[in-house]
Amino acid sequence: MINFQYLRTTSTKSALSLLTKDKNSKFLAGGTNLIDLMKRGVTAPEKLIDINHVPLKQIELVGDKIIIGALASNTAVAENALVKEKLPLLSMALNAGASAQLRNVATVGGNMMQRTRCGYFYDTEMPCNKRQPGSGCGAIGGFNRMHAIFGTSDKCIAVHPSDMCVALVALDAVAVLTSAKGERKVLFKDFHRLAGDTPQLDNNLKSDEMIIRLEIPLNNLAKNSNYLKVRDRASYAFALVSVAAALEISNNRISDVRLAMGGVAHKPWRLTASENFLKGKEPSFENFEQAAKLAMTDAKGFGENDFKLQMAPNTIIEALTVAKSKA
Amino acid sequence: MENRIVKDENDRVDGVYKVTGKAKYFAEYELPGLTYGVLVTSTVTKGKITTLDTKAAEKAPGVLAVISHLNKPSAPGYEQEGGSPFKICYTDKIFFNGQPIAIVVANTFERATYAASLVKATYAKEDFNTDFEKAIADSKAKKLQGQPDYKRGVENAYKTAEVKIEAKYHLPIETHNPMELHGIIADWRPNNQVTVYAKTQGVKATQGTIANVFKIPIENIQVNSEFVGGGFGMALRTWPLEIATVMASKHLGKPVKLVITRMQMFTMVGNRPAAVQTIGLGASKDGKLTGITHRAFGETSAYENFTEGVVNMAKFMYQCDNVNTQYTVVPVDLGVPIWMRGPGEATGAFALESAIDEMAHALDMDPLEFRIKNDPERDQQRDKPFSDKNIKEAYKIGAQKIGWNERKNKPGSLVEGQSKTGFGVSIGVFNANRGRASVKGILKADGSLVLQSATSDIGPGTGTGMTLIASKITGIPVGKITFELGDSSLPPAPSQGGSATLSTVGSAVNDVCVSLKSTIAELAANSNMDATSNFVDVLKKNNLPSIEVTKQSSAGKEREEYSMYSFSIHFVKVKVHSLTGVVKVDKIVSVGDSGTIVSPKTARSQMVGGAVGGVGMALTEESVIDHRYGRYINNNFADYHVPVNADIPEIEVHFINKPDPYINPMGAKGMGEIALIGFSAAVANAVFNATGKRIRTLPITPDKILSSS
Repeated sequence: MINFQYLRTTSTKSALSLLTKDKNSKFLAGGTNLIDLMKRGVTAPEKLIDINHVPLKQIELVGDKIIIGALASNTAVAENALVKEKLPLLSMALNAGASAQLRNVATVGGNMMQRTRCGYFYDTEMPCNKRQPGSGCGAIGGFNRMHAIFGTSDKCIAVHPSDMCVALVALDAVAVLTSAKGERKVLFKDFHRLAGDTPQLDNNLKSDEMIIRLEIPLNNLAKNSNYLKVRDRASYAFALVSVAAALEISNNRISDVRLAMGGVAHKPWRLTASENFLKGKEPSFENFEQAAKLAMTDAKGFGENDFKLQMAPNTIIEALTVAKSKA
Repeated sequence: MENRIVKDENDRVDGVYKVTGKAKYFAEYELPGLTYGVLVTSTVTKGKITTLDTKAAEKAPGVLAVISHLNKPSAPGYEQEGGSPFKICYTDKIFFNGQPIAIVVANTFERATYAASLVKATYAKEDFNTDFEKAIADSKAKKLQGQPDYKRGVENAYKTAEVKIEAKYHLPIETHNPMELHGIIADWRPNNQVTVYAKTQGVKATQGTIANVFKIPIENIQVNSEFVGGGFGMALRTWPLEIATVMASKHLGKPVKLVITRMQMFTMVGNRPAAVQTIGLGASKDGKLTGITHRAFGETSAYENFTEGVVNMAKFMYQCDNVNTQYTVVPVDLGVPIWMRGPGEATGAFALESAIDEMAHALDMDPLEFRIKNDPERDQQRDKPFSDKNIKEAYKIGAQKIGWNERKNKPGSLVEGQSKTGFGVSIGVFNANRGRASVKGILKADGSLVLQSATSDIGPGTGTGMTLIASKITGIPVGKITFELGDSSLPPAPSQGGSATLSTVGSAVNDVCVSLKSTIAELAANSNMDATSNFVDVLKKNNLPSIEVTKQSSAGKEREEYSMYSFSIHFVKVKVHSLTGVVKVDKIVSVGDSGTIVSPKTARSQMVGGAVGGVGMALTEESVIDHRYGRYINNNFADYHVPVNADIPEIEVHFINKPDPYINPMGAKGMGEIALIGFSAAVANAVFNATGKRIRTLPITPDKILSSS
């Protein structure tokens, strides 16, 4: 077998020092994606640094923010009373992802770091610029039913597969990263990248950094939140299109709104133009339609995924309608 | 099997074993000195291997051998002319992408896996085509007759009918994907004695195939396959990968285990072939069918032909004087297909039963009423009476249970917000087979009965059914009866396929039990005991520890006089979301008309499993190939969507449960296939009733709902 070293650590500091000692090392948290990638030969780290024993599992309210440790499991976050009460959108998105078994071991940090599920990325006999820069994109002109319609490049049209991240981008989450140089904070919308000319890079985490926690500001959107995931089967399937929608409605006017989509881009896709349009307006079906239309301005299909050009705005309308109807 | 816990006489005899992990599947046998095989597979779709560099693999830690066409261990059957050209390790030709080209054996699975990755092949590539629909459209592409053309009355009579419809239906490749991965353990010992632990639907078939390839006496080969973790047809033949494992064991003189990967399950152990079908129906204005034309293209492989009964149903299912069918198979450069549950009949029924619904709509008739109106009293194809057919009764039960009276004939009538409700119905039918099987019965003075037959149980509950048959005849409680199977040394029985096991093996069980009973009666009479004496007392009185009898049983002349089929009716209620296109199956009612129900619990499970498989076929399952490369794209359980619990609603199962007077002594007909056949059409018909959208290409995924007008 391909040998690798398994190391276990219990502190952030030693985790970082192990990480920087060897270029070809990777953190192992839940391993629900990494181990698959190793089995398929997509990645072959020489060192696996098991960080599951690093104490980063906290879920707590600090001031006006909810703090979630990078190693909190998807289930722990989704079922946490504070999260369910204050950030139901996050709980809903997490529960829409994977299966109960996977959510039990998958972590917040791992969820952010998961790779695309594009079939060409996983098959080492196929071209894929993300896996092997310069080899081409199999999905362009190939099986691209699951692929992106926003922010694509001629190098890669893969989508980020996470549901959780769609909710987090909508919730203005901040990712806190640390390295030997100290902590830095990155707005969630800036954490993941578009493919551009460097599809091998999924995000802006530097090679000497570690995700340690999320900070999510409190909001007044809890009541009218909805995560709607459209998929080929009712559970354990990646999104064709998903929408995180949250509204704050006062006096039949939208005073705050968050909209983000999954399954449509190389990163969780925040719909800022649609949000701006809706702010201050009545939460009417007509306005939802307009907002959905605005969201699609720069969308582009690649053949098999052309249906998303219709499914995406439809799903925005439905997500907003259900969010609004929640009492 | 010992220590069975049976609380209810209808409980699955191996249920506790299965849920507690005591049931041992082929891959779980630990043999002394066991070694591990891993396959090297082709990365091109067609051509020839020019070089195969095995040096690095051979030097890798723990590697015992790399077996390929370069060092082919002796398999005399492969040295003969004829048969499939895909003779594993005996050919350098590539017939499909993912074809096994070598097997690496090491002392651990991990080492074998690594070493397999070190084997490097180069190829002389040839042009290929894996696109079935492209091959159909290409007039130069090879096409073969899959079945003799059939004609009754006037050909294409539908074209001149008062009301006619013509439509084309598409089915993708479906992959069986049982939970258990395929493979085998082979143990070739001195003097050409071979034992295998196989995943097979037929231990005798596996034994015969190995004997043929290696030219050794059949008695030298012991095949064990007591438990099978799902087959659905894919284990109905001994695949080349199994032969390669036997070769490896022969070469090494050690037992070798091979378990293939989920990805390999897509390429080398068959699939439900893709199909394109055209149906033409003609009817009088008052709703009598006047013409049925069913033309089908089925996918097959370029190196081996595969055909199935795609157009069978059209010939007899409806009263119609003018019927013609045509079935053509079109070779592509993929692994050879194999029967998948319901097989070709399920493929055909999707098209025919959708078309029947389309015709009912064209006539503005209730599709149920239209079916009843065209229900035949006699099999027009064979010109014989049906042995037993209770379809009208089944319609009635199902309609009442699903709430058919809520259905509106006008599509799109039941709307609540964005949700549209629809009801659909379809029929399934499959030949009620009965083959030849032998069973041995051993009645013991300790009060137990052991029955033995070399049949298989891939999950339907064969052991349970046989035990119940025996218990009913002998009066021995099921807890005292053991049915042994999955062992090639037992009395011969056919492979488990075509819904024939209960009928075939059950008849032999019946005969054995009747014979044992009469022997006991004779013994009782001879020893001046009362004719109703307990057999234990009779055996004891006669100083007999046990008596045994072996019976072979097969069908008689009744099959010449009657047309024998099992039937099913599927009712489905769906809710379709207008904006997202998501189809949610809301309720399922399946009614089985398959004679006496011998084992009510496992029969129900069969119907439930068929409905789940049917939901998959209708809504989620499709094996996707990138035809530029000839490689599967969604070859894993995350991307190949087998329905999950959340997709499945309440399933109600009902049976007519009346004995077929002619089929066999139990009056029981098989039902594994009818559980699935027709189901996908019921879903498509319900989607049409909900939305007015007729989806003729499976699976009915949300994008198809949105894209369809």
